Amino acid sequence: MDKQKRNENYNIYVESKVPKTKAWPSLFKAFLTGGIICVIGQGFFDLYSYLFPNLAESEVTTCMLMSIIFLTCLLTGFGIYDVIGAWGGAGSVIPITGFSNSISSPAIEFKKEGIIYGICVKMFTIAGPVIVCGVVGSIICGIVGLFI
Amino acid sequence: MQTIKMKNNTYLTEGYSIVGPLEGKGPLKDYFDYILKDDTLKEKTFEKAERKLLENIVAGAIDKSGLKTTDIQFFFGGDLLNQIVSSSYTARELEIPFIGLYSACATMAESIALAAIFVDNGLCENALAATCTHFSSAERQYRFPLELGNQRAPTTQWTITGGGASVVSKLKSNVKIVAVTFGKVLDFGIIDVNNMGAAMAPAACDTIREHLKNMGRTTSDYDFIATGDLGKLGCEILFDLLEQNEIVLGKNYQDCGCMMYNKKQRTFMGGSGAGCSASVFNGYILNKLKKGEFKRVLLVSTGALMSTTTNQQGDTIPAIAHAVEFEYVGNQISANNLKAAQNPAQNAKFSQNKSAKSKAKHNTRK
Repeated sequence: MDKQKRNENYNIYVESKVPKTKAWPSLFKAFLTGGIICVIGQGFFDLYSYLFPNLAESEVTTCMLMSIIFLTCLLTGFGIYDVIGAWGGAGSVIPITGFSNSISSPAIEFKKEGIIYGICVKMFTIAGPVIVCGVVGSIICGIVGLFI
Repeated sequence: MQTIKMKNNTYLTEGYSIVGPLEGKGPLKDYFDYILKDDTLKEKTFEKAERKLLENIVAGAIDKSGLKTTDIQFFFGGDLLNQIVSSSYTARELEIPFIGLYSACATMAESIALAAIFVDNGLCENALAATCTHFSSAERQYRFPLELGNQRAPTTQWTITGGGASVVSKLKSNVKIVAVTFGKVLDFGIIDVNNMGAAMAPAACDTIREHLKNMGRTTSDYDFIATGDLGKLGCEILFDLLEQNEIVLGKNYQDCGCMMYNKKQRTFMGGSGAGCSASVFNGYILNKLKKGEFKRVLLVSTGALMSTTTNQQGDTIPAIAHAVEFEYVGNQISANNLKAAQNPAQNAKFSQNKSAKSKAKHNTRK
């Protein structure tokens, strides 16, 4: 039996053995975590609207986002957000809190290599691709939008 | 031949193991020589902590064997960090001729095997084999930042914090090294780095088969067969692969990675890392061997030889497994006792010093 065939058969065999993540419990946990994060965000929104009635809605939104980003960084620093993430999965990754965590966690981790080579270089190792894709996507959308 | 038999009575004089706080809560907690309370070891970085951990392990093993650092002629060791820095920096402190090794998580068996060959062929009297890993430094190098809130795949393993050192010597003890088998590098085309058990199982299978064939034994001749860190899935695959070769593994088989943690500790497939087989061997297995509860043991450390770069470039994961066979040889005078018999006064003094020293050391660790 040649190696390629052997490897293909082995991969098929391994695939049949690999335990699968159960979809429904994961979905439920993600829904719950994501939902709670959104409720907290809404809470900040309502609070700021009540406290500062003169602010425009977009400004209140910005303040709300800043607040939950700050809160996530704080929780990341205290070593709590990774526990939430391990339980909640996509529920904690998809909201802006996940993005905040993906920048603050390498910043903390690589602080030991110094400010330039550590924090500045490694800060975007995880969030970098998201930013690049986001910018490229918006450029394409912008160009398309120009002609419609 | 892949298997090298020892001809001139080579002994494993003493072993020493240290593990981290999480491992210290696992099922084997009573067997380790020391359990860390703080996995940073009061160092600023995890790389420095790993280095200090290895230094402590090596000092512990030399202390326990009753030898002095100057009695050790060669130090065989390696670890998982790039350029095996933890071992090299430890060797810098020791000033013992150093032979740096890398077989990923199979480094413990590899270093014991080479130390045994050196001693057996009269190239030296005493040699030291040591390796360790640290969860946090390994995560940093191979995976994601510690505080990143991501989910692990169900097939992942948990790199242990801990390690072990063995003193291989001509001095008689009740554990003898019988034979060693160096493995071939095998690659069965697994790409997923989160499933290293599946990548390493074929290598373990091949080494076990070759060892049994060359020694003319079956699996039932052993009281204990231990693989390094295949994890639960890797073990299941190994059972199937060996069955295809008409070798049946019985209840005498266990995987060091699976033994390390209990179910509640959420380490998925179990422990991994070079320190895994090192600490379980020098802690649990050697303890049982010395008491004669195990008469014959086969240690098969397994290692996956990829790097993050090769993985990102789409390469498959090659793996290796090295095996060492140990035998309990009855109530022979251990190295400590032998020295005591030769020079009782000096030894009493030494052991006093030693306990004072080790107490001091433990205090500083706290």
